[in-house]
Amino acid sequence: MSGSDDEPRGATQVGIAGAGLGYEERLLFERSAPGRCGYSLPDLDVPEVDPRALLPADAIRSDIPGLPELSEVEVVRHFTRLSTWNAAVDLAPYPLGSCTMKYNPKLNEKIARLPGFSAAHPLQPDAVSQGLLELFHRLERQLAEISGMDRVTLQPAAGAQGELTGIMMIRAYHERKGEKRRKVMVPDSAHGTNPASAALNGYDVVAIPSGEDGILHPEAVEAAMTEEVAALMVTNPNTLGLFEEHITRIAEIVHSRGGLVYGDGANLNALLGVARPGDMGIDVMHFNLHKTFSTPHGGGGPGAGPVGVKEVLAPYLPIPVVRELAGGAGFELSADVPDTIGRLHGNLGNVGVLVRAFTYILSLGADGLRRCAEMAVLNANYLLARLRDTYHVPCDRPVMHECVLSDRSLRDSGVTTLDIAKRLIDYGFHPPTIYFPLIVHGALMIEPTESESPEELERLVESLLAIDREARENPELVRGAPHRTRHSRLDETRAARNPVLRWQPDPDSG
Amino acid sequence: MIEANPLRYIPHTDDDVRRMLEVIGCPRTEDLFASIPEKLRLQGPVALPAGASEQDVAAELERLAAANANARSHEWFLGGGTYAHFVPSAVDALVSRAEFYSAYTPYQPEISQGTLQAIFEWQTMMCGLTALDVSNASMYDGASATAEAALMAMRITRRSKVAVSASLHPHYRQVLDTYLAGLRAEIVTIPRGEDGRSQPVGGFVDGETAAVILQQPNFLGVVEDLSGAAEAAHADGALLITSVTEALSLALLRPPGDAGADIACGEAQSFGVPMAFGGPHLGFLATRSKLVRQLPGRLVGETVDTRGKRGFVLTLSTREQHIRRERATSNICTNEGLCLLMATIYLALLGRVGLRKLAEMNLAKAQYAKAKIQETPGLELPLSAPTFNEFAVRLGAPAGEALARARRAGIIGGLDLGAHAPELGSALLICTTELNPKESIDRLIGILAGGGS
Amino acid sequence: MAEYEIPGDLRYSEEDEWIRLDGSRVTTGITDYAQQQLGDIVYVELPKVGRVLERGEPFGVIESVKAVSDLYAPVSGEVVEVNEILTEQPETVNEDCYGEGWMIAIDIEDESALTRLLDAAGYTKHVNDRSE
Repeated sequence: MSGSDDEPRGATQVGIAGAGLGYEERLLFERSAPGRCGYSLPDLDVPEVDPRALLPADAIRSDIPGLPELSEVEVVRHFTRLSTWNAAVDLAPYPLGSCTMKYNPKLNEKIARLPGFSAAHPLQPDAVSQGLLELFHRLERQLAEISGMDRVTLQPAAGAQGELTGIMMIRAYHERKGEKRRKVMVPDSAHGTNPASAALNGYDVVAIPSGEDGILHPEAVEAAMTEEVAALMVTNPNTLGLFEEHITRIAEIVHSRGGLVYGDGANLNALLGVARPGDMGIDVMHFNLHKTFSTPHGGGGPGAGPVGVKEVLAPYLPIPVVRELAGGAGFELSADVPDTIGRLHGNLGNVGVLVRAFTYILSLGADGLRRCAEMAVLNANYLLARLRDTYHVPCDRPVMHECVLSDRSLRDSGVTTLDIAKRLIDYGFHPPTIYFPLIVHGALMIEPTESESPEELERLVESLLAIDREARENPELVRGAPHRTRHSRLDETRAARNPVLRWQPDPDSG
Repeated sequence: MIEANPLRYIPHTDDDVRRMLEVIGCPRTEDLFASIPEKLRLQGPVALPAGASEQDVAAELERLAAANANARSHEWFLGGGTYAHFVPSAVDALVSRAEFYSAYTPYQPEISQGTLQAIFEWQTMMCGLTALDVSNASMYDGASATAEAALMAMRITRRSKVAVSASLHPHYRQVLDTYLAGLRAEIVTIPRGEDGRSQPVGGFVDGETAAVILQQPNFLGVVEDLSGAAEAAHADGALLITSVTEALSLALLRPPGDAGADIACGEAQSFGVPMAFGGPHLGFLATRSKLVRQLPGRLVGETVDTRGKRGFVLTLSTREQHIRRERATSNICTNEGLCLLMATIYLALLGRVGLRKLAEMNLAKAQYAKAKIQETPGLELPLSAPTFNEFAVRLGAPAGEALARARRAGIIGGLDLGAHAPELGSALLICTTELNPKESIDRLIGILAGGGS
Repeated sequence: MAEYEIPGDLRYSEEDEWIRLDGSRVTTGITDYAQQQLGDIVYVELPKVGRVLERGEPFGVIESVKAVSDLYAPVSGEVVEVNEILTEQPETVNEDCYGEGWMIAIDIEDESALTRLLDAAGYTKHVNDRSE
């Protein structure tokens, strides 16, 4: 780690990262030594078998190259050291726009590990799974109430799988009516999963331009809405952090020509307890439990993407559904949904994630959920107010839970959004989302979430202001960032031109 | 408007809020939502109870947890795609580190090397286990991994027909049907033979077939003969896809790559991931290097930084939705990162030798059970083909009754095969792992044969 | 503001491709503006010789680390030659987009199609219109 920035008011004075001892660590395979093992089998209490007596010889493998041999101590040291190289919400703010990196409550972790949840099997009888089935039923009701939708499925394993599910239901709806609609409208500001999900359903994607003011306008939707269009996919608030003020009128236009409206719920954190997508004309939407509902991001999952629908789409819900039995006799899983789109997940979905989200919603309650939205929006507006005089703001309107800046104010310095992001790392923060949404050149999308205190926000603001100064006075410092991490900038071009996607032993060594 | 019970996850005090509103130039908190049309703004709170303390929430959740049978409260012989294996303590200890679980997808590689290196290690180990060249950084689960493998084969061959074994896990088949429904694809089913293996594939493949999908071991626990399938598929220009639900079998059986598979996919939950009533689990997908550009999901590659130091980054991202949008190989974004880490740690602990020994122990337990069943009047083994740690048993009495008797004795005895394999009569699918002591196996067999516990 | 090379002796399409005419054969590739926008090229996918293209039809794909773009046939005709070195050395497009970084050669039926393409001045305006 080199530090070359001990000037006054630099990264160490303004930011929240200090200096520290760091550990090196090679790959597991480079640590491996024959004969070591980190696991002790219990004694074999049945007769030993020779696989060759039971299976044809050519059905058996001889060895497993690629697996290391290590003791428990070495494995634990290895991964403990690896963990110290990560940024994490528990260390510092992670203001990634549209990711809602809020705090992951520890109670949720404890609850998910109770054996009654973690050691249950998806195919065990309903009669001995009543606690879980009740939890699903109540979570469905909670999500429906929060969003203003009528019915919910908890099955999709991530937001993108939720989108796939929702668009499939829309397709089933139109097919049932005998209509052949081949297009789906997607705003140009949409997350990439939106057009990808539409394409996976065989739809052609029609891009709808956002207005100069950053939001969708009825005229643009009207111009594209025909009887060939199955649906409009919309994110509200959108990816610029702006509320789609014309949403009700836009939904009316889509409905008037027989289409449906899909809501991408990634930004629901701004609306909790304040407004409901179901009241805005949304017919189907997904939730991201790993965003709005505090379940951990896990370094890339697992998440969960439940889908809420209005009654009109309920006939197409995936199976199995959770049914309440008459007379308070409990719950069952049922595949009796004649027009179901089928099944998306091998089992019931990411139950461990569902348990965490349910626990969170109980912890927060109606009042707490509203407080989330209020403080999330307060935090984002505060950042915007403190940074607007320094950084370029492409859409100058009050924002909801996230704000978008760009690197335009620094054009003459040669410092780009990427450089700003990398330099912010030296100040101890994970960078915001960069280069998204695509409609803003050099976008920097900042979502603080309600978890950040005013003090943390202040440090983030001071850091971004300091970086602006550095960009003007000492641009090379910013363009060469990060300086204080284990690695300097990594060569992504080389990784893509000559992909090395696994470790292989050196052929020259013994 | 501070609540009587200050929110433990949200730090702002009234003073904080006042000061911040002043800086923003906004009179009240409600005014922050002025851009929402008034008629859309809720007039009162949503109809949910108020927030609660940890103590109260924990009590409620513990009540719900206690109402579920599980592999700690019962003896466990139920497999069928999700497996009860022992998970060493170090796995949970390590994934409980917040630097792993509260981290995001590693898009900023300089501060995500922990996550990235672990994924590179996983990719390496999956290549070793499958004998293929490249593995991705997980899919949601085995079912969606299998569906995505089929889509991948269809893109590569530009064909729209898939031949699928009748012994593919029924839920995997349902997910495949669902994924393919919007794409005008045709699915042909390869029937099961009398011995439990799939019939020879050749009769079900033609010049329109994109892929043949076999499960190994199949849903009835039977070890399939893959080599003939690979030849037959390739003869017509189709790909062979093997789907694996019990990943531990990879430690014992001939790897898919050696058997001629072009794509190996399935479920790695057996590698240290809790059963958790079905999820989150861990789909995997691996293939040959020439097919890598059609592989969905994230990939981690090795590179260097500006000073020449080795490091890891997400790579070949142009396959993915955030760049390619509607022309992406898949829409997958979030995958199963933390579960992948559990499995990587598990595989590191067991290692090359330990994993094989564990697989042999599972085989030995099943063989003991099968031998005992063969000696027990009223019970038989209807399928003659070899198996790994799961197998079918035909009973003298109705399967549902037998399972209920077992349950009363504290045993979850297996899976009723009535829906999936009615031709076997009254039958169960029984799974034995290292968690099943000999006495427990004896007790189960006694109950199934009609005796009491 | 970056400088873009726009050779005067070539013609250009609105999809940022250059076109060089040699008798009835047309050679094409992407312009300096395009390769700068894309960044480091990591992969180029080109069609097989013999493929018949319609004007405007996508014939291949070019990928950089952070972006991917279709390649569109600027004229109709049959592909008679493909620049194979781009498979192993995609960076050639960055280094010499008008020379060694050429992509395909097309035998055209209708020479008048070329008049529909932009000249250097027209393309310069097209680039300036898009760069703020």
